[in-house]
Amino acid sequence: MSVRHALLALLSEGPKYGLQLREEFEARTGEVWPLNVGQVYTTLQRLERDGLVESDGAGDDGPQKGFRITAGGEQELAAWLRTPPDLASPPRDELVMKVLVAMRVPGTDVHEVIQVHRRYLVELMQQWTRIKEDEGEFDLGLALVVDAELFRLDAVIRWLDAADGRLKRAAADPPRPVPVALPRLRRRVGVRR
Amino acid sequence: MAVLELRGVSKTYGTGATEVHALRGVDLSVNAGTMVAVMGPSGSGKSTLLTIAGSLEDPTSGEVLVGGAALAEMSRNAKARLRRRAVGYVFQDFNLLPGLTAAENVALPLELDGVAAKTARAAGLAALDGLGLGERASRFPDELSGGERQRVAIARAVVGDRRLLLADEPSGALDSVNAEDVMRLLHDACKRGVAAVVVTHDAQLASWADRVVFLRDGRVVDQTSPPAGPESLLTAPGQSQ
Repeated sequence: MSVRHALLALLSEGPKYGLQLREEFEARTGEVWPLNVGQVYTTLQRLERDGLVESDGAGDDGPQKGFRITAGGEQELAAWLRTPPDLASPPRDELVMKVLVAMRVPGTDVHEVIQVHRRYLVELMQQWTRIKEDEGEFDLGLALVVDAELFRLDAVIRWLDAADGRLKRAAADPPRPVPVALPRLRRRVGVRR
Repeated sequence: MAVLELRGVSKTYGTGATEVHALRGVDLSVNAGTMVAVMGPSGSGKSTLLTIAGSLEDPTSGEVLVGGAALAEMSRNAKARLRRRAVGYVFQDFNLLPGLTAAENVALPLELDGVAAKTARAAGLAALDGLGLGERASRFPDELSGGERQRVAIARAVVGDRRLLLADEPSGALDSVNAEDVMRLLHDACKRGVAAVVVTHDAQLASWADRVVFLRDGRVVDQTSPPAGPESLLTAPGQSQ
C-alpha cells in the first residue's frame, strides 16, 4: 500500500492537517492498516520536497500545520490510480511447492496435506467473514478490504480443490506419453518431472 | 440442544458391481442457533446428506434425529408433518411456484399444514417484511430479480416456527453481493435460534458458518475449529503493510 498516494488522495478532497490525515487514512482503510504519526510526517515532507503538496509555511511543524495538493500532485495521483500494480506471481509460491513436494515424499497422502491447508484457509475466511458480518454493513471501506482478502483466500482454496480433483483423476487414469514440445514451457513455469 | 443429529449414517445406492456408497458412517450434530456448512467436491455426498437430514430419503443404516425424535420410529404421516412444520428447505434454483405471488409462495407451507388462509397469509407477509420484501409481496416470481426470488425462498423456509433450515447451494447463480445477502439472512435466522445446514462447494458461503465440515467420498474427513476472535487477524504479522 502506498502511503504516499493515499495521502495525496485525502488531500485531493481539500487542505488538511497532518493529524487529520492520519485519522482519515485509518478510517478509510477499515482500520486494517495502522499508520504511525512519524510515517505521516516523513511522507508529507517528501511529498513537499517533490512539489506534490504545499504546506502553510516553513515555521510550525506541529499537528496544526496544514497541507494541500498541488497540480503536480493531482497528476501524480491520477497516474497512480490507473497504473496496474505488479501482479506477477512470486517465483515459487510456497503452497504450490508444498503440494508438489508432497506428491514425491514416500508415505505422504497428498490429499491429507491439501486438506490441512484447506481447513486453515477456511478458518481464516471465517474470521474475516465475522468482521464483515459485524461491521461491514456500516463501513464500506472495511467491507471492500475484507472482500479482497476473502476473494484472495477463496482463490487459493479453489486451486487446492482443483489440485485435489486432478490428483484423484490422475491416480485413476494410466499416465499418458508426454508430447515433445512441452519441456521448454515446463521449465518456464518452474515444474520439473 | 441438538436440533439435528446424524449417528453413523450410511447410504448405499444400487447393489453388486453398480453399488455406490454415497455416505459412510457420517456423524453430525447441529445445535439450535448454529450454522454448519458442509463442503466437499461433486459426488462427495453433500446433497445426499441434506436429503437424509430432511427425511426426504431414508439412510441405509444409522440414525437421524430431528429435535431429539428418531425419524426411523415415525410414521410416514408424522414425517410429512415434521417436514412441513419444523424443517425449511432452500434450493439452488429457488423452486418457487410460478403461478403464485411471493406472499402466496411463502404462505403455502402453512396452508398445506392446515393453518387458515388468512393467518397463513399474514405470517407470509410478516416473513417477507422481515426480509425487506414487503412491497413485492403481490408480485409473481417472474416479476422479481434473482436476488429477490431467493429471498422469497428463504422467507418460505423460515415462515412459521421452523427449527431446522436445510440449504443446498443457497446462493445458486447469484452474484457475490446478492449471495452475501442470502447468507446474512440465513445467519440472522440462526441468531434467532434456528439450526442450519448449508451444503456448498463455495468457501465464501461456508465461511459464514460457525463450523465447516469437510466431506470426501461420503466420509467426514475434517472440520474447522471454533473460530478465534477477529482481533487475531488485525494484529497478525504481515497484515500491517
